[in-house]
Order: sequence, then structure tokens, then C-alpha cells
Amino acid sequence: MFKELKILAVVVSFSLLTYYLVEPFAHGEMHAHVESNHFQYDGSADIEEVEVKIENLKAEKETKEKAEEKVAIEASIVTETAHLEAKKTFWSDVKRISAIKGDAAAGETAYAACAGCHFKDAPAMGGVRPPELNVAGALYAKDYLIGLIKDPTMASNVDHKFSAERQHPMSSVVYMVSSDEDIANVVAYLQSIAPSIDEVTPKIAFENACGRCHANKYMKWTQIGTKPTFKYKKDDLAFQIKTIEYQDGVKAYMGKLPPDLSMYYRSRGEHFLETFIENPQSHLAGTAMPRVGVTAEGAEKVIEYLIESADPKHAERNETGKWVMIYMIFFVLAAYLWKRQIWKDLH
Amino acid sequence: MNESRRGFAGKLFGGVAAVGGLASLVAMKKTWDPLPSVKAAGFTSVDITVCAENELVVEKWRGKPIFILKKTADMVAEQNEAETARDIIIDGSHYLVAIGLCTHLGCIPAYRNAKKDFKCACHGGEFDSSGINTLAPPPSPLVIPPFKVDGTTLVLGEEGPEYLKMKEAGVLA
Amino acid sequence: MAHFEKANSIEEWLDQRLAIRTVKRVMSAEYWIPKDINFLWAMGMVLAITFGLLLVSGIFLLMYYQPNVDLAFDSVNYTIMQEVDYGWLWRHVHAVAASVVFLIIYIHMFTGIYYGSYKKGREMIWISGMLLFVAFSAEAFSGYMLPWGQMSYWAGMVITNLFSLGSLEMNGIVEWIRGDYVPAQAFLDRFFMLHVLLIPLAILGLIGLHFGALRIPHVNNQEGEEFDFAVEAEKYKSGDKIGAKVIAFGNDFMAKDMFVVAIYLVFFFYLVFWNYGFAMDPVNFDPADGLKTPAHIYPEWYFLWSYEILRPFSKDIGLIAFAFAQVIFMMLPFLDRSPNVAPANRRGIFAIWFWVMIVDLIVLTAMGKLPPAGIYSDIGFYAAVTFIILFIALPFITKLEKKL
Repeated sequence: MFKELKILAVVVSFSLLTYYLVEPFAHGEMHAHVESNHFQYDGSADIEEVEVKIENLKAEKETKEKAEEKVAIEASIVTETAHLEAKKTFWSDVKRISAIKGDAAAGETAYAACAGCHFKDAPAMGGVRPPELNVAGALYAKDYLIGLIKDPTMASNVDHKFSAERQHPMSSVVYMVSSDEDIANVVAYLQSIAPSIDEVTPKIAFENACGRCHANKYMKWTQIGTKPTFKYKKDDLAFQIKTIEYQDGVKAYMGKLPPDLSMYYRSRGEHFLETFIENPQSHLAGTAMPRVGVTAEGAEKVIEYLIESADPKHAERNETGKWVMIYMIFFVLAAYLWKRQIWKDLH
Repeated sequence: MNESRRGFAGKLFGGVAAVGGLASLVAMKKTWDPLPSVKAAGFTSVDITVCAENELVVEKWRGKPIFILKKTADMVAEQNEAETARDIIIDGSHYLVAIGLCTHLGCIPAYRNAKKDFKCACHGGEFDSSGINTLAPPPSPLVIPPFKVDGTTLVLGEEGPEYLKMKEAGVLA
Repeated sequence: MAHFEKANSIEEWLDQRLAIRTVKRVMSAEYWIPKDINFLWAMGMVLAITFGLLLVSGIFLLMYYQPNVDLAFDSVNYTIMQEVDYGWLWRHVHAVAASVVFLIIYIHMFTGIYYGSYKKGREMIWISGMLLFVAFSAEAFSGYMLPWGQMSYWAGMVITNLFSLGSLEMNGIVEWIRGDYVPAQAFLDRFFMLHVLLIPLAILGLIGLHFGALRIPHVNNQEGEEFDFAVEAEKYKSGDKIGAKVIAFGNDFMAKDMFVVAIYLVFFFYLVFWNYGFAMDPVNFDPADGLKTPAHIYPEWYFLWSYEILRPFSKDIGLIAFAFAQVIFMMLPFLDRSPNVAPANRRGIFAIWFWVMIVDLIVLTAMGKLPPAGIYSDIGFYAAVTFIILFIALPFITKLEKKL
């Protein structure tokens, strides 16, 4: 008996060792762990990214021998240092504006400038449909909304993709709502018209925060809306063409078509999704995907939607599994009793 | 060693295994069930206003052809009670709505406008403009599918109040 | 026409026509197995049960799977996993069983190596078993193509590329295997055919051969003792079940097997319901995209040791080493020059050889998963060289072994 337990221990140890090396260890080596900032939008990750970049450039400069190579890297260091200062200034501005108590009534007046592009079923601007802002005050974090109005590319951490020659579709807002008070007021207004976050369904959260660039086939979501069932093939094809034309616009704006998110909960996992939504640059440096600025609860809703599209049967699986394991206890017991009866004669 | 105890342990194990096998069979049976998307597609809406008088319209419902025939005033006047009992009346007009499969062996009969009846090419069976069988071999009238009247829309697949009344009267097939 | 009397029971009726009593006697009640065995001897039954699980779950997957490059991914991840009642169960069972079967195969194989169950009359059991390993590997590979995810596509691309045979650049062969320039519809269809029909038939045939090869030499025992099965069988039949060195397959061996199977199934179902990530790699939940290679491509865990023998060397040498690794286990009965059938711990240096091989295979497996860079590629290189040396050394080590 003890010999068999010893053999079992050897087999189990080697198997567990192999499992550990091939799964948790290897996957840890392949994917660096990214810490969450718990959906606090304070620019700390953005600033750190540039600081690390500067450190790497300095280290690279040390390895170079030729003078002209050193000079080229020094120029990059100068650019990045200016970049770092701009980011620090931006996020301290956000912090300053956040401290102001906004006036929702005054904000409503200033909001008129925004309503020109932001309304239900608004057409695409520069490739992407501007979202309706009725739930923005609940779905998106206050600091993010402030940052977005102040400088959309900085707030979304995609400033590396834009320049004086290539402007963000929302760049004109800086002329329309620019003073600290105006920004604070507009954000206060948005918060006043928004429902409570509990009333924001996962579907609304996803469609608002992600659905204007990302399709979700399994939930029948296209970037231009939920796909209806058509009686006639001609109508179906017409809708498909409309979808493709919109997608071409997004592709031109983003550089490539944002992927369909149907299975992303299973292919990327919850921790990746949380940290990615908070700051896409943390996982895909240089990506065109903007930070979308959802609150922690907003992110939870989006992820709930993604679980529904990738793994709607998880509850049934857990429930069935529980019953199967209970059954297996009886199975093991019965098998043991039978074995013992038979082997009583043989030992 | 007690023979009956050994027999018991073996039978107990067999029984436990059989329970597991049965549970697996239940899961297997459910895997064969029609998919939710198939069952959801089992409803078809038809806009009745596009129908012209004495012109057969054929729609599809659950993969089957559905005959929709708008009757002329003359046709309605000439009908007997049994025939009128099978009419669906929408917006003042009388319609025949029936599954377009001959009740003999399932071929699709053709509508003859001039004679205002249906002729099945397979074995020569005939139905009148209310779908009632008039010439053998079909043994029974064309089947009326579950339907619901929603304004001027006919929803096939749903058992509306008019359908249930016809069911009680025994005129469906 | 043979003479038939009236039968007195259903069993007798069937026995008159099909000799079922003889079958029962030969295959079960008087199929003698040594008594001195441990739970590792149940791995064969565990494999049979797992293969059964693969067949049954496969049947239900087959009802809904679409072998079309545009429909395959959704037929698995939407229709089967989300729409079909219990579809997720068959998919999870199939994926987990396909991975765990290799753990059991390796345990079964190393048990055979440890106890010397591959020689002195048992060579065909070993060879048919290794052929089963090859067949299961082909079955696993072809099956992995079917969901048509990113890993399916790129694993298909990489493995079929191997057949260009390095510097020989036989690209025509590669295109012939694929039926196209790249893995596409023709590729998917033919691997579907292989997975669903041809390889399962081969596996069933090989299992028959494997079982048949067991009968004359008989199953081995923990000490490798050679005894007279006829004498021991008589002891057993005359009532001395305790003194006899044999047990009957049915119900003695079966009862112990079923207990081991029961414990195994607890572990198996725990994986099916809660810990299945190792069997369903996240990369394969991205639909196949021929224009985008994933950042990390790696085979399933059970192929990693073999993959790592291919990787550290230059193209042609790597292919030769890889071919060596596939074939060398099959040659084991002929490389082991010692006549001793005994557990490794009684065979001197062979015991060291055995445990070094086990550790080396685990190291190769781990390195095969990791990106080939830095210290990992160095360790992988030395582990691959060790593997080759181990097998070249085996004839010499065993030739020097003292006869027990």
C-alpha cells in the first residue's frame, strides 16, 4: 500500500512540476505583468512610460561609440523630455480643474458647442461615430472627461499618433470649451444628466465605450448598430455594405480595423482586459487605441458584456460541475467497495 | 467471504455507473434538440396588404410553403358554411391561409385561377379554394398553420385567438 | 449443418451460436494477469476509458462542426459552445481528454520502460504501443487544426513546412500535403477526414494488435519474475486464490482498474469544469488570420520535448535530430542489450539512465514552451544534446549490466 502511495507521489510530483513549468511559469515569462491603477486617471502610467523611454535612450547612448550616433539619440532624448514635461503639465492641469466645483446650469449652456457632433445616431466624424453623451457622466471617470475636453489625445494616451498635420477629430473643442471653469461646468452638467451607474446596462456600456470601433459578432453587434434579421437577401447585403463602408472609415482613421471582441474574454482573460481598457499602451505600446476612460464600475459592465459574448454558459458549467463532483464521490466509494470485496479473497 | 456481499458491492457499483450513464444519455438527448436560433426563426410575419385577389401568394414558414389566397367577393358569396369557417378575415377581406403541402404524400399543389381550385400533379388530387379536399387521393383538407392577426400583419407560428377558435371548431385540417 | 439442441437460457442460446461462454472464459474469467502489480498497471484501462470519452464527445461535436474555413471557428465557439445544449460539455471533455490522454500515455510508456516490459517476447507490445503513440499524435495534430483559430493555422503552417526537409527545399511536397500554397479549405477538409475517419480506424486496429501482442508473453509484473502461468492458473482455479501468483482479468483485475479509473475521473472532471486553460490555449480563441503571426507560437505540451530537440540546431541538423527523436523510442527493445527483465532500481546504471531521461524530457518540455532566447535556449540546447547522448549510450550501458 505504502509502495503504491510512494509511486503515486512520484508520478504526481513530476506531473505537477511539468504543469507548473509549461503553464504558469512559461506564460509569466511570455507576458509581463501589468499592474492596475484601479481606474484612477492621474496620468501616472503615461508619465512613467515616457520616463522609461528616456532611461532606455540614455542607456542606448552609452553603448554607441560614433559621435553622429550619439547626437541622433541625444536629439530623441530632447524630444522625449519635452514630451514628458507636456504630460506632467497636462495631468496637473486636470488635477487643478478637478478641484473646481462645476456649475451644471452654466455647463448646459457651454454644452451647446458639443451637441453639434454628439447626439443619438450621429454620423461618423473623421472615421468614428461620436458617442451620445447621455450616460457619459456615469460611465466615464470625472478626471478623464476633464482631460478629454482639455486635450483628447493626451487624455487617451494616443498623442504619439497625432500632430499639427494630423489632428484628432475632437481637436476643435479646445477653442469652444477652453477655460478651467467651462470644462468643470460641462463635466458637472454631464454628470447631472446621467443616470446612476446601476441603470447603465452592460449592453449600453459596451456600445457606448467600445462599440463605435469594435464589432461583437456573437452579440449581433456591428459598429453601425445591432444587425437586424432581414427577410430578403438584398436588404441583408445592403446592410453589410453599409457596415463595410463604415469599417473602412475606422480602418483609415486607426490604421487597421479594430478586432471583433466576441471571444476576447476567453482569449485575453479578465486581468488583461481590465488593465488594457484602463491603458492600452501598457500592453500594446504604440497602439492607436485610445484609453476610453471608464470608471471601475463602467469597466465591470463592459467586461460583463464580454463574458456574455464569449462564455455565456459559465454559470451552467459551474452548476453542472458541482453535481458531477458529488456524483463522482459516490462513484469512487462504490468502486472502492467493489474492489475491496473482490480483493479480500486474493491477498 | 460472503458471496452475497460481494455480489452486492458489484451490483452497487454497476448501479452507480448506470446512473452516470443515464445522466449522460439525458445530456446527449438534449444536444440533439433543435437550436434556440432555429426555434426563434419559427415565426414569420407576412404583410397581408400586398395580396391581390384570386392570386396565390406563397410564403415560407419553418421551411414549408404557405399558401395565402385573397378571395374575391364572388368566391365568398358562393361558399358554404364549412368553407367559410376556414376563412381568415382581415380588414373585411377573406383569406385562405394553409400549408401548401398535399395531405396525401406532401407534394405542392398548383393553383388554377380559372377554376379557383388546387390541383396536385403527383397523383391528381384536388382541393377547393378553401383548401378542402375535393378529389382523391388526399384524405383531408390542407392544414391551417398556427397564426395570429396583428392589424394587417399575419404572424405565422403564433397561436392567436382566431386560430384557437378555429381549432376548437375542428376546421383546421 | 451443426446439431442444435433447445437452449435453457438466453446465455446458453447465445453460447450455442456465438460461443460467448468461450469468449468470456478466454477474454475475462481465465485471462490470467500477475497479482504482483501496482496501480500503474491500470493505465491501459484509463487510456481505453479516455479514448472512449474522446470518441463519444467527438460524435456529438461532429453533429455541429462545420469543416469550412469561414464557418469552422464560429461553429465551435458559437454554435457548439453557446447554442447547443451541453455543447460546451462535449467540447471541454474532448479538449481536456485530448491533452490528458498524453499524460497517461507517457506514464504508461515510462512504466513499460521502468519495468523492462518491452523485451524478451514483449517487443511487439512495445512497438504496437509506440505506433499507437504516433497515431494519437497524428490524431491530436489533425484535431487541433479543426477549430481554425490562430494556433490551428500557424501550427499547421509550421509543421507542414517541416516536410520541405530543410535544404532539400521540397516545396512541392509541402503544397501537395496542404492541397494549396497555404493552409486553406483543402487543408482543413483533408485533416478533418484524417481526424474523423482514417486515424481513428488506424487506432482501433492498432489497439487490437496491442491487445493481441499481450496474450502470448502475458502482462509483466513488478519484479519482472518469469513464472509458469498454467501452473499458477491451476492453483487459482482449484481455490488457492491467495497462494496463486495470478488473478483473473474479470472481475479481479477489472475491480482494481475501476477503482483507479474512478480516482482518475475525479481529477479529469475537475479539469473539465474548472481548470481547462492548459488544454484550450487562449491564442486559439482568435480566428485564423493568414496575414498575422501570433507573438508566441508553440505546440501543445505533449509535443514540446520533441519540438525543443528540433529548435536549438541549424535547419538540417535540427531536422535530423527531430527525426531521430521520433524514431528512437521505437528502437528501445533493440538498444537495450541486457537480458534483465526487472524494475530499473535493480538494474544498476540503468536506473540512473531512466531518471536522467525523465528529468531531461521535463527540461526539454519546459524549454520548448519558452521563447528561444537567452539562458532558455542554452538550457534547451544542452538538454537536446543530452537526449541524443542518452540513447547512443544505452546499448553500452546495458551491455555492461550484470545478469540478474
